[in-house]
Amino acid sequence: MLSVDLAARRLGLRPGTPVAKAQALYPDLVLMDADPEGDRQGLEKLALWFQHRISPLVATDPPDGLVLNTTGADHLHGGECTMLTDMIHRLSSSGFRAKVAIAETWGAAHALARYGQASLTIVPQGDVASVLSDLPIEALRLPPRSIEGLIALGVSRIGPLAAMPRAPLTLRFGPDIARRLDQAFGRVNEAIIPIRPVDPVQVVRNFAEPIAAAETIARSIGKLVPVLCKKLDERGQGVRRLDLLLNRVDSRTEAVRVATATPVRDIKRLTRLLCEKIETIDPGFGIERMVLIATLAEPMDRRQTVSSLIEEEESDVSDLIDTLANRVGTHALYRFAAVESDLPERSFCRVSALAPEEGKDWPDHWPRPTRLLPRPEPVQAMAELPDQPPLFFIWRGVRRKVKCADGPERVFGEWWKDDTELTIARDYFRVEDTSGERFWLYRAGDGEHGETGSQAWFLHGIFG
Amino acid sequence: MSASSNTKPALETLRAAISRLEGHTNRRRSVLPFGVKEIDSRLPGGGLALGALHEVVGGGNDALHGAAAGQFVAGIAARTRGKVLWIVTRQDVFGPALKQAGLSGRRVIYVEAASEADVLSCFEEGLRHGGLGAVVADVARLSMTASRRLQLAAETSGALGLAIRRWRRQTEAADFGQPTASATRWRVSVLPSVGLPVPGVGRPRWLLELIRARAGECADFEVEACDAKGRLAYSRCLAGGLALPAALANRPDQETAGARRASA
Repeated sequence: MLSVDLAARRLGLRPGTPVAKAQALYPDLVLMDADPEGDRQGLEKLALWFQHRISPLVATDPPDGLVLNTTGADHLHGGECTMLTDMIHRLSSSGFRAKVAIAETWGAAHALARYGQASLTIVPQGDVASVLSDLPIEALRLPPRSIEGLIALGVSRIGPLAAMPRAPLTLRFGPDIARRLDQAFGRVNEAIIPIRPVDPVQVVRNFAEPIAAAETIARSIGKLVPVLCKKLDERGQGVRRLDLLLNRVDSRTEAVRVATATPVRDIKRLTRLLCEKIETIDPGFGIERMVLIATLAEPMDRRQTVSSLIEEEESDVSDLIDTLANRVGTHALYRFAAVESDLPERSFCRVSALAPEEGKDWPDHWPRPTRLLPRPEPVQAMAELPDQPPLFFIWRGVRRKVKCADGPERVFGEWWKDDTELTIARDYFRVEDTSGERFWLYRAGDGEHGETGSQAWFLHGIFG
Repeated sequence: MSASSNTKPALETLRAAISRLEGHTNRRRSVLPFGVKEIDSRLPGGGLALGALHEVVGGGNDALHGAAAGQFVAGIAARTRGKVLWIVTRQDVFGPALKQAGLSGRRVIYVEAASEADVLSCFEEGLRHGGLGAVVADVARLSMTASRRLQLAAETSGALGLAIRRWRRQTEAADFGQPTASATRWRVSVLPSVGLPVPGVGRPRWLLELIRARAGECADFEVEACDAKGRLAYSRCLAGGLALPAALANRPDQETAGARRASA
């Protein structure tokens, strides 16, 4: 058997068990023929998906892995940790169990993703050596014969192997061990040769002399984009993800990715988006080849505009959204939409900046504070029970006497979602102190029944 | 144009000559009036200049919270057309409150910038675009150079830039004394609300200080806070407490609120 699923593993079956033996143990075992070609194609499809979603530099790491260069792409997904968690969630929702690791080198990430303890590992800069030393030598991508030989010598961990003198090892096992060690520790460069989407719209430009200056790169971008846009125009498509790959003379590849909210093939706009990223490119000793690929292109349909006689057209801000999103990340650019909940902190949610308008809106029968504190802050207050506003309250060490107040506005928990919120209630008051400052206070509970809340007072917002 | 400037044609010609020298010849500068003649008459051009940067700061504790300043800015942005870009470093704007100042949630696009430098670069980008109704940003430090960049960006596109000056600590607010290139500077401080004949909080009132106005003079106003359409109302000195201002007809929301309170 080549591979077993989780249920079979629980029964004690392992890869390598003879089929006859397994069938003797469990007669109703479901067996499937191995399909290496199908697996390879599946992996490539997955790699393409990652290329669309995460980073332009994606390669397959057969038989069961993918390798991504996410330098410069993680901030678009809310940082490395968020990005990895998101990857695991997305894969598990489509039925894959995945382990993910980020490290400085391909070798180290490969080892940690397969032989590390946690399902999510992030190795800080410079910590590769200490993290790797405890892993088994199988993690090094060595040929099986070398592994057997090393184990026969009594070397089973990477740490002791790295400490051994190189010359005898090379003499006995060939150059592979030294090369793999250097690749894992980052002493030797290992290029990721990215997969290419099928039939992409792409433009290539080769340079007779390597280029490095920012102005020269900008000029070349300015020449590549119009050609790409012409090609897109012929297909009636607009670009959603645009990758610029720069092949350096030292055989490394630098990548720049820009994303747009709607399909675009405006030459000026795309040039501008790419040129803003030039400062993130490290040209090294020079760039000899530039490839501009429309990784994700979508059909672009023409839209009918409203006649200026009927109503004034609202100007299009999608180009501004794209510029800002490529600078701060799409997660940091949003609108608030109304959510049907009485609890103020749950009454809104973030939707993408260009999301279509929804019908819901907030009710405005009670005044709402301009600033809502991230979490309600406890205050000491004195109030008559059950439903009088406080006479005074102490917030952040300052005692404030209440001059006048509105309330109570009673809100209830989301009992339709959660049974524990069935009895929860809050009484909100808008109070004004003697100096004229206005605050939003609430009491957790209705002031009569203990099960409705702790009856403590909180400050939740500040009115203008 | 305000009444006072019409009576002085010599002054008007001089102003036009100066603005020509400053290089605003080809762009006729438009304004966004407050709709309150006491305020508009004190502002050059009869309102808040579009294509310019304006600074708003909260008075007292509001320099930290920025609640009154935020509501004042929301009221201004509500009276423009088009989308509004709102740039923050720490998100604490409450959407329903902006809606009550007339700025509906579907018009506001928030940008959560990681640093002060990012805020300024997004601010400039937004102003340069020109298709937005207003660009609002929470800014702590604003140097002369940065404000000049923003002002130039606003001038070229005609966008309205509103900087809410807001600090983490009260001591840092001394930074507000530094000169900037903005067209006007406002300080909004909360005042006790209008007294009501029934128990409850009346319409909020603000002390609106025009600290600096380019080609204009400083002034103080006592106003009633934005209504549901973002309009202010001028308020006289209300020593008696029960003396309701003349602008009562403008405030239908207040009447219903009073009725609800009376029935509660």
